[in-house]
Amino acid sequence: MAIWLDENSKIIVQGMTGSEGTKHTRRMVASGANVVGGVNAKKAGENVDGIPVFASVAEAMAETGANVSVLFVPPRFTKDAVDEAVDAKMPLAVVITEGVPVHDTAQFFQYAENAGTTRIIGPNCPGIISPGKSNAGIIPADITKAGRIGLVSKSGTLTYQMMYELRDIGFSTCVGIGGDPIIGTTHIDCLAAFQEDPETDAIVMIGEIGGDAEERAAAFIKDNVTKPVVGYVAGFTAPEGKTMGHAGAIVSGSAGTAAAKQEALEAVGVKVGKTPSATAALMREIMTK
Amino acid sequence: MDLYEYQAKHLFGAHGVPVTPGEVCTTADAAHEAARKIGSAVVVKAQVKTGGRGKAGGVKLADDPADAQAKADAILGMDIKGHTVHKVLITAASDIAEEYYVSFLLDRANRTFLAMASVEGGMDIEEVAATKPEALAKIRVDALEGCTEAKAREIADAANFPEAVKDQVVAILQQLWDVLVKEDATLVEVNPLILDPNGTVLALDGKVTLDGNANYRHAEHADFEDRENTDPIELRAQEFDLNYVKLSGEVGIIGNGAGLVMSTLDVVAYAGEEFGGMKPANFLDIGGGASAEIMANGLDIVLTDPEVKSCFVNVFGGITACDAVANGILQALEMLEAKGVELTKPIVARIDGNNAVEGRKILTDANHPLIELVETMDDAARRVAQLAAGK
Repeated sequence: MAIWLDENSKIIVQGMTGSEGTKHTRRMVASGANVVGGVNAKKAGENVDGIPVFASVAEAMAETGANVSVLFVPPRFTKDAVDEAVDAKMPLAVVITEGVPVHDTAQFFQYAENAGTTRIIGPNCPGIISPGKSNAGIIPADITKAGRIGLVSKSGTLTYQMMYELRDIGFSTCVGIGGDPIIGTTHIDCLAAFQEDPETDAIVMIGEIGGDAEERAAAFIKDNVTKPVVGYVAGFTAPEGKTMGHAGAIVSGSAGTAAAKQEALEAVGVKVGKTPSATAALMREIMTK
Repeated sequence: MDLYEYQAKHLFGAHGVPVTPGEVCTTADAAHEAARKIGSAVVVKAQVKTGGRGKAGGVKLADDPADAQAKADAILGMDIKGHTVHKVLITAASDIAEEYYVSFLLDRANRTFLAMASVEGGMDIEEVAATKPEALAKIRVDALEGCTEAKAREIADAANFPEAVKDQVVAILQQLWDVLVKEDATLVEVNPLILDPNGTVLALDGKVTLDGNANYRHAEHADFEDRENTDPIELRAQEFDLNYVKLSGEVGIIGNGAGLVMSTLDVVAYAGEEFGGMKPANFLDIGGGASAEIMANGLDIVLTDPEVKSCFVNVFGGITACDAVANGILQALEMLEAKGVELTKPIVARIDGNNAVEGRKILTDANHPLIELVETMDDAARRVAQLAAGK
């Protein structure tokens, strides 16, 4: 099982022939992911380490039966690339690219919503991994093992940190949903999927300042999630009005503070760790009792 | 990036939104000249990126050029909520019959855009939203369809704009939507949008936030950058293309990944409570790769900050394994020494993840006099706060 990505996933890489695309395609393959093709209209017919390059997403899907696309396309071309994946009815599009203008994201997200055939993860995210099964993105595969914890996080390195701290217990699926103001897959989407997943016993949810996604997730947990959830929120010391690395990580006036998010999560019974390690310890307690 | 009122109005004007003529001035003499050119009563408005200017005395009516000069002289240099006034906008004074409110903003929760409008403008809109929510119309705007004339009319109807001004408001809403989309803004707000006694609707104030990710398609937006009000260390970090935010504390922070660095700031602040309130001095994300050269630039920025007493390098080796990170830290210090940067401040390093054992061994074997290796993030935070406190 796991969520959205498993041993049956066939991955293509949009932007495979670029330097980042090639590097991470190799890493994905090395971690056991089934990468069946790449897309670049100008390099169709070529290959990367024997993985064929196709002219379009539609062609790649027809030839390989791909059901996941990972995008390493530069920001200025990202919207068109996602729209192409949506037009081809690609079930899952994982947008790694950082720096996509938010109007472009709003448009391709709406385009995907209207089509109703494509789940988008990202942009500005590390991707999704189901350890031991498949890996779509840039998450290092060798820092953890397969297990029964589900993880959803806005932050890449905090995802890795948590995967590593709990490497002896292991994860069903880890989803880096990204730090942009608009993202295709939210905390709530992941919580709902983990709740339904018979291979997930407990969930770690990592949030950060900006917006109200964590508050909304808390409300969702209250009504819909029966599995134990442990939370962590980054950015208590972030000043108002400053963007902290991620485009979406900004406290505006009194909105989007870490304190409000922690409070909302704790109010629905989520245990929130004070540090990443303390959060891992809370999860360890749940999984080993 | 938030814009000043005068910059927002410049964009409004470029997209046809009616605004009063005005000129931005940095001296009282220039304000005199600007008022003379306008030739009527003027308003002298402090240009600061914060609300509540009026209450703070930063907006004054002036009858003639001499008065404008005197008012500008009083306002320039004023401190408004921690923002020093370096510029004033001199604009023709308008008689106000009615005050409205309109805005377009990014609706993160619904992953689309939102129009907000009210015929009760002029005051703090958050207060209107809290006390009279029925007076504030909120209408979703589809990112692909945009604010068509029909959508603009829907917004104007929902907010109960008077029939006499509705056509003007509908046109202005479409123009403001153009500002939002064509300038890649995430917020466009007019408060107040006024009706003058002649029946003309115009934007008396303006607030615009631009999306930095779209800078590549707006070279002209570089002119809006506010270098004189940017921290000099932040400017230097920009030259290195580093993701840096200056804070007011004693512990320099370098890490990889925005989330991990935010988390590091928090953990240091908690640990610092034990040592007389030591706090993080900065946010600095050197990115997932953490190469030696970027590490060197990061250490250069952080260690030369006079407020920094100790430095915490907190790296999770995922994409770049820890042995490469450890070598990167050592090479970075060599590069800085070669550049003549004086290195005296203690550095606490915590590296974890892929090849952590090898990475730590490299740092231990190097036995660098400034580097102290601590195994966990929480313990490292405690140690670096302790060093900052001189204990």
